[in-house]
Amino acid sequence: MARPFAPWRGFAAMPQQVRRLAVVIVLLVAAYFTARHFLVPRTFGEKGHYRAAAVDSIAVLPIHYAGREACAMCHPAEVAKKAGSFHRGVSCEACHGPEAAHTTDPIGHKPTAPRDRAFCVRCHAYDPARPTGFPQIDPVLHNPVRNCFTCHNPHDPTPPRPPETCAACHGEIARTKAVSPHAQLACTECHTADPRHAQAPRQFLPSKPASREFCGRCHASDAPPPAHLPDARPPKVDLATHGPRYVCWQCHYPHYPEAR
Amino acid sequence: MQGYIYPNEFELQWSLLIVVYPYLTGLVAGAFILASLARVFNVKEVQPTYRLSLLTALAFLIAAPLPLLGHLGHPERAYEILMTPNTRSAMAMFGFVYLWYLMMVLLLEIWFDYRKDLVVWSRGKTGVLASFRRLLTLGVTDLSEDALRFDRRAGKLITIIGIPSAFLLHGYVGFIFGSIKANPWWSSVLMPVVFLFSAIVSGIALMLVIYFFSTMLRSRPVDMACMDKLGSFLLYALIVDFSLEMLDFTQRLYEAEESISILGQMLSSRLVLSLIILQVLIGTIVPLVTLFLVAPTVRKRGFLKVPDEFRRLLYFVVAVFIQIGIFSTRWNVVIGGQLFSKSLRGLTTFKVGLLGIEGILVAGAIMLLPLVILYILVKVVPPWPDAEAVVESELTGADPVPAVQPS
Amino acid sequence: MADERPTPGGIDRRAFVGACVAVAAPLVLSAAQQAAPAAPDTAHAAPDSAQGATGTPRYDPRTHYYGMGVDVSKCIGCGQCAAACKAENNVPLDPHHFRTWVERYVIHENAEATVDSPNGGIDGFPAPVAEGGVVRSFFVPKLCNHCANPPCVQVCPVGATFSTEDGVVLVDESYCIGCRYCIQACPYGARFLHPVSHTAQKCTFCYHRVVQGMVPACVEVCPTGARVFGEVHRPSSPLTRFRRFNAIQVLKPHLNTEPKVFYANLDGQVR
Repeated sequence: MARPFAPWRGFAAMPQQVRRLAVVIVLLVAAYFTARHFLVPRTFGEKGHYRAAAVDSIAVLPIHYAGREACAMCHPAEVAKKAGSFHRGVSCEACHGPEAAHTTDPIGHKPTAPRDRAFCVRCHAYDPARPTGFPQIDPVLHNPVRNCFTCHNPHDPTPPRPPETCAACHGEIARTKAVSPHAQLACTECHTADPRHAQAPRQFLPSKPASREFCGRCHASDAPPPAHLPDARPPKVDLATHGPRYVCWQCHYPHYPEAR
Repeated sequence: MQGYIYPNEFELQWSLLIVVYPYLTGLVAGAFILASLARVFNVKEVQPTYRLSLLTALAFLIAAPLPLLGHLGHPERAYEILMTPNTRSAMAMFGFVYLWYLMMVLLLEIWFDYRKDLVVWSRGKTGVLASFRRLLTLGVTDLSEDALRFDRRAGKLITIIGIPSAFLLHGYVGFIFGSIKANPWWSSVLMPVVFLFSAIVSGIALMLVIYFFSTMLRSRPVDMACMDKLGSFLLYALIVDFSLEMLDFTQRLYEAEESISILGQMLSSRLVLSLIILQVLIGTIVPLVTLFLVAPTVRKRGFLKVPDEFRRLLYFVVAVFIQIGIFSTRWNVVIGGQLFSKSLRGLTTFKVGLLGIEGILVAGAIMLLPLVILYILVKVVPPWPDAEAVVESELTGADPVPAVQPS
Repeated sequence: MADERPTPGGIDRRAFVGACVAVAAPLVLSAAQQAAPAAPDTAHAAPDSAQGATGTPRYDPRTHYYGMGVDVSKCIGCGQCAAACKAENNVPLDPHHFRTWVERYVIHENAEATVDSPNGGIDGFPAPVAEGGVVRSFFVPKLCNHCANPPCVQVCPVGATFSTEDGVVLVDESYCIGCRYCIQACPYGARFLHPVSHTAQKCTFCYHRVVQGMVPACVEVCPTGARVFGEVHRPSSPLTRFRRFNAIQVLKPHLNTEPKVFYANLDGQVR
């Protein structure tokens, strides 16, 4: 009768096949654990099923954004100004770029300052998806060509109030006109301006006189005295003979004292 | 691209190689289950394919991890899966399921089955092949009746362990996909079962092709009883597989979760060819109908009387169709699961390259490799019934399995 | 009038401060860090040092547990966060790799949503095509949710991605095998395979900044304070305040990932 399959009788009593295979399997298992001993990283499993040292190597990666506190150390004026403005929540590096290098080498690494309209428009262009109340403009219509910072200081961007007088923007003209013979005349005497010119000056340009006859309303030899300035005695010329091939302001610049 | 996909989803993470991987693994499981039909359930007709199936399973199993390895970002770190396996990870545990199946099931079963032959073939011979065969015996040269009986009993025991192991092997591949809750196309309880039965279908079809081819190549007569049996098994497996797939499909359609709309869009645009035409029509319906008509199932002869030569050709064509269908099944799972965004708002596209590690050439080479391995295996340990060694004591033994098949 | 005169010697204040900095440069950063509220300065310890950053007595990860709050109603879609993240973390600059990005949702009258995120929002958003019939529209910043129950960590076969003691999900770049299973398992699309290192990458909450008491780069540059970073469990943390005063939602709660990125004013259309 065949020897029954009975591994519990001891190793030697087992069939030859089992003994040989057992040796092979034991060798393989031993090889596995030996390999494990050498190949598993040292810190693996210290804190969980991962290489604990990996956390340390991630923790020391280089920092590029220094953080707004770092800027305040050297630029208190700008930071203080910004703190009272609508941009108080905006980090310096949101506009000036990642500048950790500047904190360690302030001379060698200078931050950039965006001057382009395209930069401001990234936040402030109108998009229906932007929250209601967030200041947005139509970049095509809102003072095109001009750089934003000509009117809005990025550190305190509150929009300038629309100018109430022409002199607010056109001061140079106002100062010369004040000492010119035309000092008594309001700007609107010769220019008509759409009220929207105050908000979007280039979009709504004021008119300018276009003909000799416009000046002739006061200065022609047969012109009546201006109704609202009855005492004025404007110099009179004969439009037909006085420089007939020119328009008046080619020789007489109306804002200037030497206009005459 | 259509609709919205997350920016990081632009690139498909798993491409052609990961399609090849479940396809190869499925063939392993299927071939092994066919072998166990012969061994454990004693299906006499498929006996000629027993050893061939074992070797095929081994050849495909050896090649199966290659596509996985090839697609890794760091193949040189692959050993980490075995060194520090994350026990909660389906993929890590698959490494052990694979090793268990390779070492404890397939190699052992083949060794017990071939030990006698290896001893006989190498006895008193010199040369590389004989030396190698002698090495493979591990020095166990005992050919006594006791020893041979032990071989048979151990082999049978291992096959019995092997059936659940083969189920585990491919069911587990299904689990790797089915357990991803983030992906509604994959996440399904039925995924492992569907994978398993499609594996059995593909394995039987593959063995049909390999048996047919190898017999023709050796200019031996094709055993029609074996072909008929394979054909009918193929039909049974196909019916179960198709029913399960339809069950999965119906369940998804009826539940109609939030993903249904995008999955429907994907099905009707991106997957028309690979799912509806290749997987369902060519790979399932046509073989089902053909096998139902010609294979002997409820009747001894099949519904249509078809001459042997034509019938075996039909079997062969059906088996090839099934291979195309099952490959499409793997494609539809792996690629389909990545064609829609997890935002459920858009579809992306996938184009296979010809060159490169993820290209058609490499994938094709990896799919041909098992056949090369099989060729070598057949040279070292011929699986043909007429090559089997006859041992004196066995002729007098009372083994029910005939050592020599009439050829 | 005397106040406006330049200082004797012609040095204005900024130049003076700048010169001081040049002399005392190394002090500045550490001084800034001491000014930060919870500033456990760990300096720049050597990577392989046994006294690593998290090993120093000054930073104890067990006393922290981080999360982030995102107020959708404050996001203006400027994309600063996505751009800063790329600068801070060396993320590839192409439009297909992001650790954080901004999505724009446009909900139409038929309740359908159009979502876009061109280059993650870094270059801004083009004007929406169909203005008519829009019910509402908003931006949603996305990032790794640092789930308390992270599916990516669950599936990693080798333990190359993990949750730290302080609640951050990290990737061990020198251990990741690049199998991409974690990318498949992430329901939020927050992970990608780095095209150069061939390893999985994702948001780290700027862990290297956080251990120094700084906030993540995206939080630092967000101009409207739509992002809030802090301790999940500490009553004094800005995040706790954020969660107290807002109705909070998380993304894809049905997946039970327990995200630690908390959204306020989140629309139901967001996935």
